Amino acid sequence: MSKTYYDPADLKKFGKISDWNEELGAKFFDYYAKVFEEGHLTAREKSLIALAVAHTIQCPYCIDAYTGDGLQRGITKEEMMEALHVAGAIRGGASLVHGVQMMNKVNKLEM
Amino acid sequence: MPLNKNPEKEKEYMATKSLLRRESELANKKRQLEILSNGIFQSGDLPKFADKIAESNQFPLKAKKIEILQINVGYMCNQVCSHCHVDAGPDRKEIMTKETMQQCLEVIRTTGAHTLDLTGGAPEMNPNFRWFVEEASKVGVKDFIVRSNLTIIRANKKFHDLPEFFKKYNVHVVSSMPHWTRGKTDKQRGDGVFDKSIQALKDLNAVGYGMPDSSLKLDLVYNPSGAFLPGDQASLEKDFKKALLEDFGIHFHNLFAITNLPISRFLDYLIASENYEDYMYSLVEAFNPSAVANVMCTNTISVSWDGYLYDCDFNQMLELPVNSKVKHISDYNEDLLEGRPIVISQHCYGCTAGAGSSCQGSVT
Repeated sequence: MSKTYYDPADLKKFGKISDWNEELGAKFFDYYAKVFEEGHLTAREKSLIALAVAHTIQCPYCIDAYTGDGLQRGITKEEMMEALHVAGAIRGGASLVHGVQMMNKVNKLEM
Repeated sequence: MPLNKNPEKEKEYMATKSLLRRESELANKKRQLEILSNGIFQSGDLPKFADKIAESNQFPLKAKKIEILQINVGYMCNQVCSHCHVDAGPDRKEIMTKETMQQCLEVIRTTGAHTLDLTGGAPEMNPNFRWFVEEASKVGVKDFIVRSNLTIIRANKKFHDLPEFFKKYNVHVVSSMPHWTRGKTDKQRGDGVFDKSIQALKDLNAVGYGMPDSSLKLDLVYNPSGAFLPGDQASLEKDFKKALLEDFGIHFHNLFAITNLPISRFLDYLIASENYEDYMYSLVEAFNPSAVANVMCTNTISVSWDGYLYDCDFNQMLELPVNSKVKHISDYNEDLLEGRPIVISQHCYGCTAGAGSSCQGSVT
């Protein structure tokens, strides 16, 4: 085991997960490729969604991959940062909306 | 190399002078080729280009019939772009003479090539440029391209009439535009380049260039502004068209997405920004065997300012001459050049990555 959990070089080896289960690996990568094809959403829109999700799940590989992907697609840094704020708003909102639960509980318990 | 103690002045110096003027070690072509053959390629971490194309039985890569005659009329340019493979700039003095142009005209009159492609530097800065265009246009080549950097049109009053001049000789204008936003464009090409380019595009549109259904062809070239590969050409074209029309009312015909090759100033940038190895990995990872058959060196001949022949403009800048008995435009012979083995090195991965890359954009 290396001394760090994450190594940027491992991103290039993603495809190797198929080595230990070819069938499921192939199905996953087929699915993955299909998901990112141009559909009702453009490939550009999907790239921005992926970037926002990458930050939400805090996956350094995905952040690396989808920052590069965005640059290739001509996505600007302003667009990328806006997408991240959407992720941030939903994450923050997810905590705060539970405040209603807290308030309900307080209201129920307090005289 | 003169070093300024003031970091701002040093930055300005670096941004306005060629590698040659800066006496950078990368101005030495042999040094560039060493870098491209050593390190990750010597250690075997990445396969050399020759070995990679051999995997799909495409080695040696051979030239087909010449269809495109690309003539570099000089390395002088009004811009000093950070990715420039020519290392062009105002301080470059290599300019094609009228005598060499005469030799080129002899070839243009007899060649079987359907496309004549003038490039530089800024080709318009050659003092005999207009005479050359006039003479070459008389031959009636099917597609007569001038690669114009746009800002030259606004650089000086004497260039303001270039759109009319191009129109008169039915020149196909191909211009560089790295992005539809000011920030990305100026970062790659220099402060103020975006605004001048927009104005120049409006000037070209005003005489009919790039307008829908117009026969006056105006195409744009997109180079990524950093250490990443270009995305899908068709998608980028759609985004460029939408943004340039909505924001500035500008029309153009096609967008060519071109990969930056790891040579000259772009190599200098890759090394200085510690992106070289990752970039080479990206190029090798994106290697597309089906792009190999259509790389531009197989149907193009590149002529340098002093009349020597190369497989492409990149090999010209690396001083890798054609592997043929015919070395100079004065000895030009299309039959002898056909079938020659193309001179390759690791920079060639730039033309085979993804959808492939050429001066006419993607090749697959």
